[in-house]
Amino acid sequence: MPELVQAILQGDRRALARSITLVENDTAQGQQTLDALFPKTGKAHVVGITGASGAGKSSLVNCLVDILIQQDPKLQVAVIAVDPTSPFSGGSVLGDRIRMRAIAENPNVFIRSMASRGALGGLAHNTQAVSLVLDAAGYDFILVETVGAGQSEVEIASLAHSVLVVEAPGLGDDIQAAKAGIMEIADILVLNKADKADVDAAEMALRSMLAMGYPSTKTDGSVWVPPILRTVATDGKGVAEVVNAIQAHAEFLHSTGTWQQRDQTRLRAFLHGLLERKRNQEWQQFIQKEEFKQVLKKIYIHELSPYAAVEQLQSISFLKNSH
Amino acid sequence: MEEKKIRVLIAKPGLDGHDRGAKIIARALRDAGMEVIYTGLRQTPEMVVQAALQEDVDVIGLSVLSGAHMSLVPRILDLAKQAKLEDVRIFLGGIIPAEDAKALIKLGVKAVYGPGTSTTQVVEDIQTLFEKA
Repeated sequence: MPELVQAILQGDRRALARSITLVENDTAQGQQTLDALFPKTGKAHVVGITGASGAGKSSLVNCLVDILIQQDPKLQVAVIAVDPTSPFSGGSVLGDRIRMRAIAENPNVFIRSMASRGALGGLAHNTQAVSLVLDAAGYDFILVETVGAGQSEVEIASLAHSVLVVEAPGLGDDIQAAKAGIMEIADILVLNKADKADVDAAEMALRSMLAMGYPSTKTDGSVWVPPILRTVATDGKGVAEVVNAIQAHAEFLHSTGTWQQRDQTRLRAFLHGLLERKRNQEWQQFIQKEEFKQVLKKIYIHELSPYAAVEQLQSISFLKNSH
Repeated sequence: MEEKKIRVLIAKPGLDGHDRGAKIIARALRDAGMEVIYTGLRQTPEMVVQAALQEDVDVIGLSVLSGAHMSLVPRILDLAKQAKLEDVRIFLGGIIPAEDAKALIKLGVKAVYGPGTSTTQVVEDIQTLFEKA
């Protein structure tokens, strides 16, 4: 077993941080490390936290982790906080740690900021891989905070076992809540900033949205109905109830056998993502080639339609079999 | 495809509440393509070093305007050594008298920047460090 892998399994935080960088940077050594760690994964409960920017995700994470650790001092909790990368410079300012003061020095907590590096689903391409490294390192809970999400950044649903969608008053009416996308992926709805004026109207909009999604709520426990929980994350109000809800959701997943389903969804999405990126890299190499430039020229003079061009390129054995 | 980014922690240890300079530097480094982890105000030396370790940064940029640099910075250097972060480069900005700057550089600080330093210079200094590597 490589030295780095052994160090991670023994709880060496420096080695853990190093290997996360290797995985994040798509290095060969990172991939080998993950290969070696993979048999040790599959125990952590991954909690996704998503919602609009400014809704209070980081403050909520700070409180959630603080309460989890207080309830069980032996618990190990990791946080992956994703912030956007500038499309112009490729750089980023990762500022989620600012709100995580209460947990910053706890030896059972590991916080890692990640830049999205061009990925559009609210996470970075390698967030899943990083969560697996933390899983192997023995973290019981891994909280993944997405970039400030609009409506369709729903990738977190295929990474987390439990998804928290954080809302705040004043962000939209009931039609916003009825739209497809981010509201659909919530296992737990958190209405943060509940000390603000419009909180009742905001809760009403969320309730009516839920009522449409779960018309005949079964009470036998076979269906999970997302609870709506009010919080004021900056002073911790209501956050203990969110922790309870996460634990209840984890229990629900285990008792109904759906935990495994979610886990398989996660792994399948991971594999799909890797294959897609590999194919994309091959494509990037292909567009350097002469055939591609020829076809492009014909499109530029409106002689060949882009659809017909795809057919033609396939026949030059590009999309069909690139090996 | 392999992609390496320079990661920088920008931290304000101690008790002064002026973080404008730190934010300007954070923004300039971002615009130069670096990933900047910004921790905000009133960090203890322990918090700074823990963050640097977890985030696996290449550079720590400290901003101190309170005059407490001679106690805060050596403490951070010491904790960094204990955490085996010897290869992390530490930069310091703020109101630092010349003789203090000299003493801190002797202790291991890579560079000290005073008021009026251009952001371009800081960016170039960091980039030069990693071009050589």
